[in-house]
Formats: sequence, C-alpha cells, structure tokens
Amino acid sequence: MPYIEPHAHMVSRTTADYEAMAIAGCEVICEPAFWAGFDRSSPQGFHDYYRQLTEYEPARAAKFGIKHYCWLCINPKEAEDAGFAREVMAIIPDFIDAPTVLGIGEIGLNKNTVSELKIFEEHVELAKKYDLPILIHTPHLEDKLKGTKLILDALKNANVDPSRVIVDHVEEHTAGLVLDAGFWAGMTLYPESKCTPARAIDMLENFGMENIWMNSACDWGVSDPLAVPKCIQEMKKRQLAKDLVHKVVYENPVKFLSQSKNFKVDG
Amino acid sequence: MPNKEDILDLYFMDARCKLIDIAAFLDRLDRHEGNTDFRYEGFNQALHAMQNPGAVPRAQAVLEALSDHSEEPIPKATIQGAFGAPRLEINN
Repeated sequence: MPYIEPHAHMVSRTTADYEAMAIAGCEVICEPAFWAGFDRSSPQGFHDYYRQLTEYEPARAAKFGIKHYCWLCINPKEAEDAGFAREVMAIIPDFIDAPTVLGIGEIGLNKNTVSELKIFEEHVELAKKYDLPILIHTPHLEDKLKGTKLILDALKNANVDPSRVIVDHVEEHTAGLVLDAGFWAGMTLYPESKCTPARAIDMLENFGMENIWMNSACDWGVSDPLAVPKCIQEMKKRQLAKDLVHKVVYENPVKFLSQSKNFKVDG
Repeated sequence: MPNKEDILDLYFMDARCKLIDIAAFLDRLDRHEGNTDFRYEGFNQALHAMQNPGAVPRAQAVLEALSDHSEEPIPKATIQGAFGAPRLEINN
C-alpha cells in the first residue's frame, strides 16, 4: 500500500533504509530538523546540516523514487543556550526558499525549561513571519504531559491557526488535549517509548481518524524505518477498512502537508 | 470491527508474556541487593493506576502516573534525557 512517512530522520539512516522504505510503498518522506545525538559546537554546523536536509537527502531519496521534504529549526535539546539558538535561527531564512522546505520544525520542548520555552516561542514567531506551517516535538516520557500543556498554552498565546500546526509524539494522555484544541496530532511508533502499532490503532479507535497521522520518527536511536508499513499490517489484522488505512497513512498527511506551498504529492 | 474474542486472539499471548515479564522484573528487584529509587515508586504507582484508573482509560491512567505534574517551566536543564518516571521532589 502506498504511504507517506511524515517524520523520519534520514540523515541518520542508511541508503538501504531508503530502498526498504521504497519497496514497502513509501512515496514521500518528510524530515524535521532535530538533534543529531550530540550537541553541535557552532552555527556553521547547522548551516551544513540544513544543506544536507535541503540538497543531499532529496537527491538520495530520489534515487529510489521517493520525494524528500524537510522542516527547519534548532531543536529544543540544543536550545538551552538561548544565545547560541538565536545565532542558529538567524541562518534559517537563508534556506526557507529552498524548494523542499515545508515549514518550521520540529520545535518544542525537551526538559520544559524557561530557555526552551522562549526559543520555542521565537520559532513560532518566525513561522508566523514567513507564513509557514509548524511541526512540534513534545518531550519524552515523564516530561511529555507537562511539556504538551506548556506548548499548547504558548500556541494559544501566540494566536496561531491550529489547523496549520501538528503536535507530534502524542500518547494516550496527550492526544485528547491536542485534538480538542484544534491541532493536528502525530503518533510515533517506537519499539519502547512512545507507542506500539497496537496502541496507535487504539488511539485511532478512541480519538477518530481526523487530523491525525502516524510516523516512525526513525533516527540514530533504537527505531524502525518500516514502522508505518508494519502498522498498516497491524491495521489489517484489526480489520480496519482499506480506505480508512489509506486515509491515515496517505490522505491525512497529504491534507496537512498541502498547507505548505512547496508540498506536491505528484510530479 | 473485531469483537472481544478477536482481540483476545490477537493480543492475549503478547499481553500474557508482558505481564509475566513485569512479575519477573519485580521479583528480580526483590532478589538483588541495594536500594530502589523514584522509578520503582513510579512503577508501583502506575500499577495501582492501571488497576484503579477512575474515569480515564487504563493506558492514560498509567501514563499520567508516570508523568511530572508540575506546571511551571524549570529554570535550567540538568540533563538532556528522561527517566520514564517523575522524581517525586519535582511533583511535591
């Protein structure tokens, strides 16, 4: 079945992963800017990273017939030093007009600090200034509930259009908060943290099929670039109709991502 | 939609396996020397929440039991990762 991988960190993956994803039916990969597993020491490191996201990865994906898009930001794990974060954010406008940039992301919170929140708010203003959609990372594990609430409050204060914002990595205790506030929700399929395919399908049953997508968020850690097609298999076992499966793994991502002027699913 | 028997057919053995793993994990902690920490406390609170979820689904109750319920941003990060259970002093 054709599907869209709306959140994958391919800079950390092998070319064989691109091939496996293509064989599994992946037509589009969207790659948010993130933490590389260690802190970069200079804004120049981010300049190189943004070039990798906007030049190298689209070419690597194209070899397998996959379209590659990206989101730009400095991730919250490297936003504790606000001065450094602002130096990196000053680079972002140089890349915003690249043809595969979707918007600002994945911004958000990590340990729910004062500095992270300030830089998050400044990213939101950057998105508003350039009229771009936003992709949001919510914190891990015990920090997720608090971080999600802080993020939703900040978005409300910034008066953003919630239909142009996706709040990712939701779980059972945060999905309702996000969807009830009018935002899109992303479910991440991870082997240990975040959610399993079975739980993702439970959330679809409980929260509905609107304004929601699922992703692998595969990166340098323990993660699975084929998590979405494996969840498609699980949805078949759970007797979900084929058109509903297609809606969740293809139509919903297209609907949200089409709010970016650069996103085109064909051609 | 699958019925209850379908769900049991799909997930009983997997859930049974995970349940025994939890029991063995708790036995393992009992058997070994040293002290537990806030993670063990959080785990036990989550087990209680699963059995007594109140008005919310069990998965939500467990996740909430393993969450930091403070409301204000902290002044500064001391680590980049997370432990999976809240340190009690943060919640108190």
